[in-house]
Amino acid sequence: MTFRRFTAILASLGVGIIVVIVAFLTIYAWPAIRLNGLGFLSDNSWNLGNQYGTPITVHGQQILPGAHYGILFLIVGTLLSTAIALLIAVPVGVGAALFLAEGMPPFFRSWLSFFVELLAAIPSVVFGLWGYVVVIPFFGRHLFPSLAKSLGFIPFLGGITGSGYGLLTAGFVLFLMIVPLIAATLRDALVSQPAALREAAVALGASRFETMRTVLLPATRRVLIGSSILATGRALGETMAVLMVSGNALNYLPHNIYTPISTMASFIVSQLDSALQDPTGMAVRSLAEVALVLCMISIVVNGFARLLLYYEGRQRARVA
Amino acid sequence: MGLSTAEIRHFGARPVSGRGLQRRLFDYLGWGLCGLAFLLLSSAMMWILIIVFMRGANALNFSVITHVTEGTGGGLLNAIEGTLVLALGGIALAAPPGLAAGIYLAEFDRGRLAPTMRFLADVLVGVPSIVIGYFGYVTMVVALGWKFSVAAGSVALAIISLPYICRTTEMALRQVPRALREAAYALGAGDGRVTMGICVPAALPGILTGILLALAISVGETAPLIYTAGWSSYLWTGHLTNEPIGYLTYVIWSFISEPFETAHVLAYAAAFFVTLFVLVISILTRMMLDENAGWRRLRPWERRKG
Repeated sequence: MTFRRFTAILASLGVGIIVVIVAFLTIYAWPAIRLNGLGFLSDNSWNLGNQYGTPITVHGQQILPGAHYGILFLIVGTLLSTAIALLIAVPVGVGAALFLAEGMPPFFRSWLSFFVELLAAIPSVVFGLWGYVVVIPFFGRHLFPSLAKSLGFIPFLGGITGSGYGLLTAGFVLFLMIVPLIAATLRDALVSQPAALREAAVALGASRFETMRTVLLPATRRVLIGSSILATGRALGETMAVLMVSGNALNYLPHNIYTPISTMASFIVSQLDSALQDPTGMAVRSLAEVALVLCMISIVVNGFARLLLYYEGRQRARVA
Repeated sequence: MGLSTAEIRHFGARPVSGRGLQRRLFDYLGWGLCGLAFLLLSSAMMWILIIVFMRGANALNFSVITHVTEGTGGGLLNAIEGTLVLALGGIALAAPPGLAAGIYLAEFDRGRLAPTMRFLADVLVGVPSIVIGYFGYVTMVVALGWKFSVAAGSVALAIISLPYICRTTEMALRQVPRALREAAYALGAGDGRVTMGICVPAALPGILTGILLALAISVGETAPLIYTAGWSSYLWTGHLTNEPIGYLTYVIWSFISEPFETAHVLAYAAAFFVTLFVLVISILTRMMLDENAGWRRLRPWERRKG
């Protein structure tokens, strides 16, 4: 066997695991997919049924009486927490990128950029720990009550503020986890723009900030969009930190930004133990369906972002 | 008629009114907001580091690293051992296919499989780690009957670090000058000799750095291990299957929500070890790769977390 073929086979065994993952999850979840149908995505009830009842047969599948699997609350929780994280992360990331690219003496630039990037190296569970011991008490006791009091007239900002576990806390922790990605990718793109762009803007009388805002930022628009989508993928699949600060609500649609939620990823961790109590095994298979949905979403989101960044890279290569 | 330098300078620095003042104010406001954004990020980072290192340092004492966990107290010896066993096991499993994939993508770029392989590796990076953990549970723990075990945990970690080793290997090999390969081929060496004898040794620092970073990721992972490695308060007896094993990130996650002070102390100590390990490796590799154009692809978020 040639070396090339040997490498190809070994490598395919490695990266091919993604195909195996999707295939196995689909096979394992198949009875649940047939049972739950499309209602899985649109119904808002995750109910394991009567643990002591005799299993009944529905659509040819054995389930516990009263069992019903719908994950609308998970989809809503996942999308809303990610949306909040992005809503803060994009402006803050752009601001930090501008500051790191142009706003400080060159000597500090690379080290301070690295410092911000290190934020992305901190393990998820450490973010969760910090959120649990610092953010939740602070948000629950101080920030949320005063926010609800002063801005309560805005929809979804008023009402009961709860204990600090919830949508906004999860969104905030997710924001900190994804913002270094946006800030550093954009900073690199800003720094590597052709000098001629900058010189032309300055020659027309633009100040440094005006150069950044009106010339360099628009030129790097696609990098910003691509890295934001990549960051979205990260936020959607984030598990441990969200698990520790979101409140792990069950069958509960948020009515304001302080409401406890669950995301698909954190739900898989928090529910497997109770799902194992189901003697028919349908609960575990439905959890596999949750994992499959999550996997599919992240594949689509990541593929799209890579495509965008790939075209941007090709364009830049052509200019240079 | 020309302007003197002094006149030009005067022209640029002249205090302006109306629109000019507005522009200047706008500039200050813009930079102020940018600085604020940066301040927010760096202070959050500082805050996390302070919490982890201050409370962690307070929690440290000699018995933490010499005793095993007893209930929610005791030490972390079993968890430290477990983390090392799982992470090293994961690297050992991920290295051969990861290196092979990196070599194939860098050296045999024109190969028929290259585009597919690159796409799959990119997709694999984005798969949430809990999905990999659940996959491991369904296949290895249940279907293969391995139960919670070192084997299942290591395989889950291997799947996570694999695309990462692949990426860094590819980047390191691409730094090797083309002339080296041409010279080797010209002397009659085959694919295998050129790659393993010439290119890989030349790219070795970069490849090892990638493996080191993959180790740091594995040490910081939690989600893929919860339902593959389980938890155990005892030292590992050497069985690959049917024996659960403890690890540090589990202690952080589950002990911090216990009502006992001893449990919190252990959680902070575990966070101290994990964060220190990850940060030291990140900083070391950054210093090693600073001059290297390829280092950009080694950014922390190319790793996934759970």
